[in-house]
Amino acid sequence: GDILFLRMSKEPIRTGEIVVFNVDGREIPIVHRVIKVHERQESAEVDILTKGDNNFEDDRLLYAHGELWLQQHHIMGRAVGYLPYVGWVTIVMTEKPIIKYLLIGALGLLVIMSKD
Amino acid sequence: MHSFGHRANAVATFALTILAAMCFAASFSDSFNSPTPAASAQILNINWFQKEANANDEVSMTLNISADLSSLFTWNTKQVFVFVAAEYETPQNALNQVSLWDGIIPAKEHAKFLIHTTNKYRFIDQGSNLKGRDFNLTMHWHIMPKTGKMFADKIVMTGYQLPEQYR
Repeated sequence: GDILFLRMSKEPIRTGEIVVFNVDGREIPIVHRVIKVHERQESAEVDILTKGDNNFEDDRLLYAHGELWLQQHHIMGRAVGYLPYVGWVTIVMTEKPIIKYLLIGALGLLVIMSKD
Repeated sequence: MHSFGHRANAVATFALTILAAMCFAASFSDSFNSPTPAASAQILNINWFQKEANANDEVSMTLNISADLSSLFTWNTKQVFVFVAAEYETPQNALNQVSLWDGIIPAKEHAKFLIHTTNKYRFIDQGSNLKGRDFNLTMHWHIMPKTGKMFADKIVMTGYQLPEQYR
């Protein structure tokens, strides 16, 4: 239920950073920490391994079949800060759509009824 | 502007604005903290050092890791994630960073510690470049706030070297 602030800069990915990545074939992005980086000499190509802080295993089982590492193009952004609990509003609205309609309806009524 | 709806709307908007301002102020107060962390790591033993079937080198080691990270904690600190990574260069890779150990420090009281451990994560090279390899052990920490901006920094400890021969 927290909101995460993400940023993507051209800085190379380094261990410790919390990154957001998509695995081919999975729709929900994963937000985990980088624990291993192997960056090539000549190119900017990099092999990345991630792991959730509280998980026992690294994320290899989550990666696409046969893939041992993530590459730069899998990474969509880095987490730079967060606001706790604010995301609950979104979650409640997604799980019980009626609340979303009620909220929008109430706001709409307010707009209509205000004379300014 | 006298109906219940209008008043409720005004109060709610005001409350959310104040809440956002407080979160911002809490996070901003963290920038006044000037931390003085200290860390050290010793390799007590190289347990084994082999070339795997897939032609990658792997080493297992026992370490003493100690640090005093209590000055990193502010009232806006939720926890500190700390890890020690081996960092080295090879002919094939400009940079290799392999996390060997990590932990979560939930409070200032636990921020001064001495850990005796084998490497939590496998130290495997891409290839067979570790014999006699010089490397750094870098302690990184990431401060997770209760709200706002995350800070991260590190201490680089140089001068470590892997054995010339497998064992």
